[in-house]
Amino acid sequence: MTVDENVAGISNVLLYGAMSAYLFSFIAYAGDLADGAKEIRARDARAAERAASTAALGGGGAGTATTTALREPLVRRRRAAAVGTSLFAVAALLHLGSVVTRGISVHRVPWGNMFEFALTGSLVVAVGYLVAVARAQRAGLGGGRDARYLGTFVAGPVLATLGIALRSFYVEAAQLVPALDSYWLIIHVFVAILATALSTLGFSATVLQLVQEKRDRVAAAGERAGGVFMDALPGSAELERTAFRLNAVAFVMWTFTLIAGAVWAQVAWNRYWNWDSKEVWTFVIWVVYACYLHARATRGWDGKRAAWLSVLAFACMLFNYLVVNIFFPGLHSYAGV
Amino acid sequence: MARTDETHLDDLRDEYRDAGPQAPARPRRPRRRGDAELAAPLAPLEFARYCWRQLTSMRTALFLLMLLAVAAVPGSTFPQQNNDPAGVAQWVVDHPTAGPWVERLQGFHVYSSVWFSAIYLLLFISLVGCVLPRAGVHLKALRSRPPRTPARLERLPEHREAELAAAPGQVLEAARAVLAGRRFRTQARDGSVAAEKGHHRESGNLLFHLSLVGLLVAVASSSLFSYSGQRLVTVGGTMVGTTFDSFSGGVGTDQSDVPPFTLSLDAMDVSFEAQQTTQIGEPRSFAADVTLTDEPGAAPRRETIRVNHPAKVGHTQVSLSGNGYAPVIVVRDGAGNVVQDGPTPFLPQTANYDSTGVVKVPDALDAGGAPVQLALQGVFLPSATTDASGAPVSGFPDLANPVLVMQVWTGDLGLDDGVAQNVYTLETEGMRQVLDDQGRPVPLQLAPGQTVQLPDGLGSVTFERVERFASFDVRSTPGQSAALVFALLATAGLVMSLFLPRRRVWVKALPGAAGGSRVQVAGLARGNDAGLADEVDGVLARLRAAVGEPQRAPEPGPGPGESPPPPPVGDHEQPVHAPEERP
Ligand code: HEM
Repeated sequence: MTVDENVAGISNVLLYGAMSAYLFSFIAYAGDLADGAKEIRARDARAAERAASTAALGGGGAGTATTTALREPLVRRRRAAAVGTSLFAVAALLHLGSVVTRGISVHRVPWGNMFEFALTGSLVVAVGYLVAVARAQRAGLGGGRDARYLGTFVAGPVLATLGIALRSFYVEAAQLVPALDSYWLIIHVFVAILATALSTLGFSATVLQLVQEKRDRVAAAGERAGGVFMDALPGSAELERTAFRLNAVAFVMWTFTLIAGAVWAQVAWNRYWNWDSKEVWTFVIWVVYACYLHARATRGWDGKRAAWLSVLAFACMLFNYLVVNIFFPGLHSYAGV
Repeated sequence: MARTDETHLDDLRDEYRDAGPQAPARPRRPRRRGDAELAAPLAPLEFARYCWRQLTSMRTALFLLMLLAVAAVPGSTFPQQNNDPAGVAQWVVDHPTAGPWVERLQGFHVYSSVWFSAIYLLLFISLVGCVLPRAGVHLKALRSRPPRTPARLERLPEHREAELAAAPGQVLEAARAVLAGRRFRTQARDGSVAAEKGHHRESGNLLFHLSLVGLLVAVASSSLFSYSGQRLVTVGGTMVGTTFDSFSGGVGTDQSDVPPFTLSLDAMDVSFEAQQTTQIGEPRSFAADVTLTDEPGAAPRRETIRVNHPAKVGHTQVSLSGNGYAPVIVVRDGAGNVVQDGPTPFLPQTANYDSTGVVKVPDALDAGGAPVQLALQGVFLPSATTDASGAPVSGFPDLANPVLVMQVWTGDLGLDDGVAQNVYTLETEGMRQVLDDQGRPVPLQLAPGQTVQLPDGLGSVTFERVERFASFDVRSTPGQSAALVFALLATAGLVMSLFLPRRRVWVKALPGAAGGSRVQVAGLARGNDAGLADEVDGVLARLRAAVGEPQRAPEPGPGPGESPPPPPVGDHEQPVHAPEERP
C-alpha cells in the first residue's frame, strides 16, 4: 500500500493548528496564574491587617492566624482559566485529528518512529490532563482541587514536545520497515506510550510535591514561601499520593511493555532477550521505578528520597527516548531520524 | 522504636495485633550507633545472624536494586561480546589503553560478569530471605480474626457517627451482614463489629516476589540449555539442521540436539521503497519461500519465512536473519578448465548493499599447465554509481545496475595447512596481486554476462548472473514459556499488591436516646488507599438502609475534607492511635 500524501499533508496542517491553540491556551493559563497570585497577595494583605488589629486589641496567636489564612482556599471566578481550558480542548481535538490522519495516511497505527511516538504520547498526556480537569470539576471545585491550575504546566510541555518532535525528529509519513510490521507494534509500543505519558504526569506531580515540601519547610521556618499561586494547589501529601498512583499504573504498564517486548523479540529476532541497548535501558528504568516503590515502603527512604528516585526514573526514561534511541547502536534502530 | 527497616505494614500488624499470646520477642540486633556493642566480640552464630538480618532488610534490598540498575548501564555503553563481537574488537583497537582495562573488568560481557552476577544473586538471596518469613506470617494472618476494636474510633483518620432508631444489637447484626456483603471478614465483639478485607494485597506482593525467583530460574535454564546456529543459503540451495556456519550451545547442548531437518530455499523476495523520495531504499519486505522437511523421510512442507514470521521445527525456531546477493562467478584457468562455477555470497556492508566477498580457487593450472592458486577479492554493487570522490558505490539496495569490482591475487591460499579459514576474507600474506602491463593491479569491473581475460595466461573470469541468499537463525530456547508464565504471574501479583485495598472497618453501636443507638463507623487502610472514605460512607449508608433508616447525609463526624491534617510524609513518630498516615 502506498502512502496517501494528501492525508499526510492534512495531518501536518492539523498539527500546526494544534500547536497554535496550545500556545494560546498556555498564555491564558499563565494569565490565570498571575491573577491568582495577585488575589492571594491581596487576601494575605487583608489577613495581615486583620491580624494586626487583633494584636492591637491585645489578642495573642496572631502568627497562627496568618498561617491558616495562607492556607485558606481561594474561591474566585477564573475567566482566564476557562478560556485556557477551552483552547486546550480545541488543541487536543486538532492534535487527535493530526494523529488519526497520520495513521490513515500510512494505513497503520501512528507510532512507527520517534516523531510519531512523541506525537501520540503528548496527545495521551493532553487527554489525561483533560480527564483530570473533568473529574475535578465533577468532584466540585475549590479546596485546591481545581486541576486547571496545572494547565500551564501541561500546555507548556506538550507544546515543547511537539516543537522538538517537529524540529528534530520529523520524518515524512511512510510505510514501515519489515521489522516493525507486526501486531506487536500495536501492543508493545502503545503500552510504552501510555506508560511514558503516565510517568510524565507522575513526574509533574512529583515536581509540584517537592516544591510544596520546600515551601512548607520555608513556611515552617517562619519565612514567606515564594510562588504564592502554589497555595491554590493541593498540599505535598496529596500530591505525593497522586504521583504514586500515576507512577504505580505506569509501572505496571512498563512491566507489560517489557514482557510484550520480550515476546516480540522472540518472534522478530528469534531470542527473547538480547541485552540490546534499548532493552538494557528499559530494564534500568523498570528497576529504578521498582526502587521508588520499594523506597516508599522503607523507613528513612520514603517521602522526599522516594520522590527523587521517581524523578531519577523519569530522567532515565527521557534518556532512553532522547539519547539511547539516537546515539546508541543496537537492534532497535527504528528512530527514523 | 529503634527498628529502621521494617515496612509500614509491620507497624500496623504490631499496633493492632489481636489480643493473644505475644509473638516471641525478636532478639535485638546490635544497633549501628551502639559502638560498645559492636566492639564486644560477637559469637560466630550471632554474627552470622546479624549478617543475615542485614542482608534481608528492606534497606539492603533497596541498595542492591539501585546497584543493579547502575551495574546494567555499562552493558549499553560498551559493545558486548555476545551480540556485537566485531564491535568489541573494533573498540579494543580504537582504545589501546582503556581496552585491556575494560576487558579485565569484564566490561565486554557485563551480564555474565562476576560483579553483575554477584549483585543479582545477593539480591535474590535477600529476596528469598525476606519473603519466605513474610509468607509464613501471611499464612497465619490469613487465618487470623479481624483485629480488636480500638477504644477510640474517633481518632482514626476516617470515621462517621450517626444516631439510628434501631437498638444496638440489631444494628450490629445488620452491620455484620452489610460488611460481609462487601466481602469483609467480620467478627462480632463486645458492642462492636470488627471487619477486615484485602489480605490478598499481601498475597499479591508475595506472588510478585516469588515469581521473580521463578523468572530468574527460567532465564538461567534458557541460557544453560539453549542453542543457536546460523546458516547462509543461496536460492536453490539446501541446508541441513546438522551443519551450520556458526553454532553456539549452552552448557548442556551441542549440535546433535538440533533436529535433523532440511530446508531448501526456493525463492527470496525482497522489495525496497522506490517511489517516495525521502524514503528511497528503505526495506519494505523480505520473504523466503522454503521447503521444510522436519526429519529424513517426513513429508516436505512449503513455508514462507518472513521477518516477524519464523518457522518451527518441533521446539526449534527458524527465522530469517539476513539476506544479500550471491553473484554467480565462473573462473576458467589457463588450461581452459572451469575451476569455479556457482553463486558466491557477498556480505552486505551498507544499507544500499555494498557487499564484499572473496572467491578462492585452489586448484587451477596456468597456461603452461603448472598448478597455481587464485583468489578474487572485491565488492558487489547492486546499483553501481560513483560517489563524490569518484569511487564506485551502490546507490540503491535493489538490482538496478549490478556491477562486480574485483582484484586478482595468486600465490599460496594457505588452505593446505589445515587451519580453518573464514570464507569471506582473504589472507593476503603469501600472495601477490596480479598486475597489468603497466604494473598496476588488474581492475576487474564486470556487469552480468561479461567476461575478462586475466593477464599472464591465468585464464578468465565471467560474471554470469546474480542470485540472492538468505541467512537463517536456528534457535531453541527452553524455559521461554516458563519465563513468560512467571513474568505474567509477577505482573498479576504486582497489580494485586498495588491496587487491592487492604482495609479495616469497625462499627460500634452504643445505646442512644429512646431505645435507639449511637453508631460509629471507622476505617483504616494499609498503604495507599484513595477509596477508604467512600468505603466508610458506603458502609454507613448500607447500614442505614438495612435497619430501615431514611437516607441522610453522613452526620457529625468530620467529613473527608476536614479530617485531622495528615502528618507530613516521611514522619514516623506518630501517636499510637494514628499508625497509618497514608490512606
Ligand atoms: C528482584 C528484586 C526485587 C524487585 C524487582 C522488587 C520489586 C518490588 C516492587 C515493584 C514492589 C512494590 C509493589 C508491591 O508492593 O508489591 C515491592 C514491594 C516490596 N518488596 Fe520488593 N523487590 C525486590 C526484592 C525485594 C527484597 C530483596 C525484599 C526484602 C528485603 C523485598 C521486600 C519487599 C516488600 C516487603 C515489599 C512491600 C512493601 C509494602 O509494604 O508495600 N523486595 N518490591
